[in-house]
Amino acid sequence: MPNFTLPEHELMSSGHLACQGCGGAHAMRYALKALGPKTVIVMPACCWSVIDGPFPHTAVTVPVLHTAFETAGATASGVRAGLDARGDRETVVMAWAGDGGTFDIGLQALSGAAERNEDIIYACYDNEAYMNTGIQRSSATPPGAWTTTTPAGHTEDRPKKRILDIMLAHEIPYAATATVAWPDDLLAKFERARSIRGMRFIHVYAPCPTGWKSPPDRTIEISRLAVETRLFPLVEVVDGRVHVRRDVPRKPVREFYRSQSRFDSMSDAEIEAMQESVDRRWAELVARAEAAVDAADEAAD
Amino acid sequence: MKLVIEGNHAVSYGVRAADVDVIAAYPITPQTQIVERLSEMCATGELDARFIKVESEHSAMAAVIGSAATGARSFTATSSQGLLLMHEVLHWAVGARLPIVLANVNRAVAPPWNIWTDQNDSLSQRDTGWLQLYCESNQEVFDTTIQAFRIAETLRLPVMLVLDAFYLSHTCEIVDVFDADEARDFLPRFDPPEHLAPERPMAFGNLAGPDTYYELRYRIDADMRRGIEVVREADEAFARRWGRRYGLVEPYRTEDAETILVTSGTVTGTARAVVDARRERGERVGLLKMRLFRPFPVEAVRALLGQARRVAVIDRNIGFSIGGIFAQEIRAALYGVSRVPVFSFIAGIGGRDVTPETIDEVVDVATSLEAPDRDVYWIGVKDAELHAART
Repeated sequence: MPNFTLPEHELMSSGHLACQGCGGAHAMRYALKALGPKTVIVMPACCWSVIDGPFPHTAVTVPVLHTAFETAGATASGVRAGLDARGDRETVVMAWAGDGGTFDIGLQALSGAAERNEDIIYACYDNEAYMNTGIQRSSATPPGAWTTTTPAGHTEDRPKKRILDIMLAHEIPYAATATVAWPDDLLAKFERARSIRGMRFIHVYAPCPTGWKSPPDRTIEISRLAVETRLFPLVEVVDGRVHVRRDVPRKPVREFYRSQSRFDSMSDAEIEAMQESVDRRWAELVARAEAAVDAADEAAD
Repeated sequence: MKLVIEGNHAVSYGVRAADVDVIAAYPITPQTQIVERLSEMCATGELDARFIKVESEHSAMAAVIGSAATGARSFTATSSQGLLLMHEVLHWAVGARLPIVLANVNRAVAPPWNIWTDQNDSLSQRDTGWLQLYCESNQEVFDTTIQAFRIAETLRLPVMLVLDAFYLSHTCEIVDVFDADEARDFLPRFDPPEHLAPERPMAFGNLAGPDTYYELRYRIDADMRRGIEVVREADEAFARRWGRRYGLVEPYRTEDAETILVTSGTVTGTARAVVDARRERGERVGLLKMRLFRPFPVEAVRALLGQARRVAVIDRNIGFSIGGIFAQEIRAALYGVSRVPVFSFIAGIGGRDVTPETIDEVVDVATSLEAPDRDVYWIGVKDAELHAART
């Protein structure tokens, strides 16, 4: 990582209710450092509904509007319209949702907001299952993972939904992936998002020691492994031009799967199959990034 | 200014007069003209509002929850399936104490598909905590739309105004409309002290345990009961300014009536004509129009119905197995304070015409008995054999 200083100001306080090692708590802290105090958060049902603390407490020093599970995209659209109507164009509206509220129950409202190019940031902190209700699978749960609804013998057998591709199909001005293992990258992406108007989508990888059956002190390491194994590439898409972070040393997916007990029942053959799938996806992604560079060159010529 | 407009456009003009800031809506027959006209008003600048073209009614309500939480005056309209889809977030608007106004065009619920009027859509929302006002004419629709915002912002509770599909929504009547400048004294700018603002960060709607949630629900109930006075005050202030008054309920020739019909919505006009005809024949028949359903005008109902010999409630809705929903509420209001028998008549469901003959049959059945001999009377069921076998 190049020299990088985390901004000192804290908009998230101690005393929040996250589990030890929660990737979602780190993600919020960094996101708010990038966005600053002129931010309103719209929060559907997710772990953060609890992490924020019970009435009359709150763990962040920006306004939070808690809202129903499937409504983040729509409620954030309404907050934006309301602030605009009251003459406040400066404050950023950020929907902050988990993977269940984004990939599953909130997908329709999110798609509506994206299609309308609402002037909001939609951040999904993805812990790959319904963790707040006690570890049930979502469509973000990766193949091979144990959850309470994909128990041993019937672990998840479908691919993780490709949410970034779904969002890109809406032709939104900005979409990115980020993880708490690269706070410089994460902050830069939220800062870039803040500087753009229209729909901005940021998919933040957020390990969950409780649900992933991993030691709380390995959250950052596992986040890094997800990127290094190319299971979760760091991507940024500005106006449709794909950029992939390729300066990360490559590791075999086995290292990621063996870092968490939720994948304990994955066989070597299954891991090998995932390696092939990940390699294929990576090649596709790199090809898209290179096509974007070629197109930019052509435009320059 | 007098216009000849359909009921849906009477809502649109009411929203314009209320100088609404944010509208979010999704099309559904027979509501659509409300938001079509509002879209035009926003496009031409006739109304300076943000119009969010959401992808569902659920998102329409979620969006106005978001906008109202910033303190912006917010409106949506829907009907039937759309209102049912909103159900979860209707509760949310109440718990969040947001003064949203919703126009619901009463339409029957599927299946089978039916776009004609009945009240089961709105009455299914009885316990959400929304105020509900039922309108009889397009003038009442326009006037009630404006009153609804004043009531909602006073109580910090959302208000639903309700109009019959087609009989009002698509029927043109003369409506005396006015604009936002004329309405401003009656409905000043709304600026709630607590709203989403980075200068005063706070969390809205986070976890409240058994030690606090209970009192929050108590306050909603207390404010809903206070709503009786607030609705009355808004109606009186409106009458002072524009000379039109509707009341919580409207009694018609009830003073010496032995038999009092109870109606809501457009059935009322027909019932009024039947009462006149019966009065000419010397029958002591009266009528009570229910305008306010929530908060339920318990005292008015007791005062106006308690001394009658019999009450015949005509419901364009059904609480399956127990009778009409207005009838149930009226029975509950009268219980213990009056022994007047309350007959529950069902008519007009799914848009079936409620004609003077329908209402004559209600009066005939009710006056032929001292007390009901069954919980519910369905008027005009075509399959007589089936009807006989099942009742």
